[in-house]
Amino acid sequence: MKLVIRNGRVVDPKNKIDKKADILIENGKIVKIGESSKFRPGDVTRSTITIDATGKVVTPGLIDMHTHLREPGREDEETIASGTRAAAQGGFTSICCMPNTQPVIDSVSGVKFILTTASQEGVVNVYPVGSITKGQNGEELAEIGKMRIAGIVGVSDDGKPVMNAQIMRRALEYAKMFNLPVISHCEDLNLSMGGVINEGFTSTVLGLKGIPRQAEEIMVARDIALAELTDGKLHLAHITTRRSVELIRQAKKRIKVTCETAPHYFSLSEEDVRGYDTNTKINPPLRTKDDIKALCEGLADDTIDCIASDHAPHLDVEKDLEYNMAAFGIIGLETMLPLILTNLVSKKILNLNQAIEKLTVNPANILGLEKGSLSIGSDADLTIIDLNLKKKIGNEFTSQSKNSPFVGMELQGFPVATIVGGKIVMKDGKLV
Amino acid sequence: MRLKNKDLLGLEYLDKEEINLILETTKPFKELFTRSVKKVPPLRGKTVVLLFYEPSTRTRISFELAAKRLSADVLNISASTSSVAKGESLIDTAKTLEAMKADFVVIRHSMAGAPQILARTISASIVNAGDGTHEHPTQGLLDMFTIWEKKGKLSGLKVGIVGDILHSRVARSNIWGLNKMGAKVYVVGPATLIPSRIEQMGVKIFYDLDEIIDELDVINILRIQMERQKENLFPSLREYNEIFGITDERLKRAKEDLMVMHPGPMNRGIEISSSVAEGSRSVITEQVTNGIAVRMAVLYLLAGGDSRGVKR
Repeated sequence: MKLVIRNGRVVDPKNKIDKKADILIENGKIVKIGESSKFRPGDVTRSTITIDATGKVVTPGLIDMHTHLREPGREDEETIASGTRAAAQGGFTSICCMPNTQPVIDSVSGVKFILTTASQEGVVNVYPVGSITKGQNGEELAEIGKMRIAGIVGVSDDGKPVMNAQIMRRALEYAKMFNLPVISHCEDLNLSMGGVINEGFTSTVLGLKGIPRQAEEIMVARDIALAELTDGKLHLAHITTRRSVELIRQAKKRIKVTCETAPHYFSLSEEDVRGYDTNTKINPPLRTKDDIKALCEGLADDTIDCIASDHAPHLDVEKDLEYNMAAFGIIGLETMLPLILTNLVSKKILNLNQAIEKLTVNPANILGLEKGSLSIGSDADLTIIDLNLKKKIGNEFTSQSKNSPFVGMELQGFPVATIVGGKIVMKDGKLV
Repeated sequence: MRLKNKDLLGLEYLDKEEINLILETTKPFKELFTRSVKKVPPLRGKTVVLLFYEPSTRTRISFELAAKRLSADVLNISASTSSVAKGESLIDTAKTLEAMKADFVVIRHSMAGAPQILARTISASIVNAGDGTHEHPTQGLLDMFTIWEKKGKLSGLKVGIVGDILHSRVARSNIWGLNKMGAKVYVVGPATLIPSRIEQMGVKIFYDLDEIIDELDVINILRIQMERQKENLFPSLREYNEIFGITDERLKRAKEDLMVMHPGPMNRGIEISSSVAEGSRSVITEQVTNGIAVRMAVLYLLAGGDSRGVKR
């Protein structure tokens, strides 16, 4: 089967391509990129499917390295089937799912369950992340090597930190053998305990218990020190504060360390918690306008390597509650790209190439995936983006959950087609 | 003049004119209490629901009396005896009250923001009777009324709030209200019980009461909760008492007319000595009386009453 994408602006940061071109896809692989006038006769035949991308941007399929698909265990919130559809809707062709399911993905059987279910019911590529410790209890290492053989692309106790520095040291050392990133959820639980919002003026006024920024920064500093000790492959998840960005910027001069932030951390601040909308309850919490500025600086100078959604589906009954009682987390797959385009690219904080880099080649490199580029011969995972499309975020989502603080917000720049392995899974904003 | 919103969620959301209106409207209601018949008709036919998720005696009774003296029908719902105990969510409880056509819901809740949830869910007027560590606006108003009545003004006065500011909704409401009325507010307490960036609310922080005791016109002493000691917020009650407890000795350097307030219930011998509580400076029992009048004014004004319409 052949597919040709005509007339789009092709943006492929890995291969340093940014030009108008046509892309020919055959048997799920990219076979040619260039002006179609230069294609050989027979390249495009009557049976070739044509997508007209005039006025649109064509990029390598986007990668979200941090999602929660909730299956197994909380299929009422999200499943691999619904979560991958939400990903396709949001322009993602590959996603990593975190292991804090019920049960925790801490063994080969769990990894196999994810991969089997994803191949049968999923519509995008799913890469499981295994836990660092058994049951994410922070005490005993999980069988990282066996899970690696089964197909994990990283390890993380996400949702919880590894509080014991000795265990974290061992994890970094051990995972290094397999070139697996250790994805750290930075939170000192003693400092954050009971908190629901950033500690500061807003927490004081609202009478909500604060989480000091230092709960994150102490662990960022600790993990950098441990990465230095072990030469391990450290990736810091959902970074939110100015000091965290500074610590990472300094560390990058000495050691390999990578990090991500999420769109809500540069799109919203603690001030959005006024009114007690529980869709602003996220861990780590929304910070201040000054932190947003620091995140933007970190994104611009590549201190922050990736942007990931931290897609965290929850039911209405877990959110329509008093602020203290509501669950932490928001969905993000379907709003991530528009938020990046509206809040970073339109505002010239990042140019389009930089933004796409943080969604394609950078996560692919961290995870060791042969994805994230439009190299000839690579899997035909592509995303087509309309930079001019303006839409108000409605409360209809492809995700099974609706917990988004962005409902009602008008954004500009949306994915209009998602192609996975040469197969069109989303077109004109609708799943195929 | 009337109040701008259907709800009273906090003093943060009122402006100076509205606070003045409530204080002025409180006066005639307080005068009623000197009569043999203390009841007036403005809320006849209206239903006031007292929805209490947290144990409370004085605030609940004060609201109940206020509503009854305005001739409203009063319904008491407390968390331990209602569907709340069966696991009903706040939003479902709210919708039930809406279906029963409650006109007012007075809510006390251990969690900040609960009144906001009610206010955006149902059309009844919501009165916050204390939500977590957020606000307790009628306490703030009754404290201000008590000061205003005695001192004849609020503007320019120096008010010290002493104790556990971190967990105090009373402190927050007082700070918002007093600042709007032009008073100067000092907060005094252990550093562990002073919340982050509170100076941005326009207050000054002190850890030593003796530094400012001679300047104060009013001292508002907060209850210190025993369980805070277990959270390592201070080492012991006797140490707290020694450093922050208000005693006659400590008040020796105070102004002659320093007013001593306490929102109650008191821990005598810890944050306040019995002799200070009973002493000539104390207005603690008057605060209780004023509380009823202030709450009458609030209910009356939220029902759409204006400053001229109070029937004598």
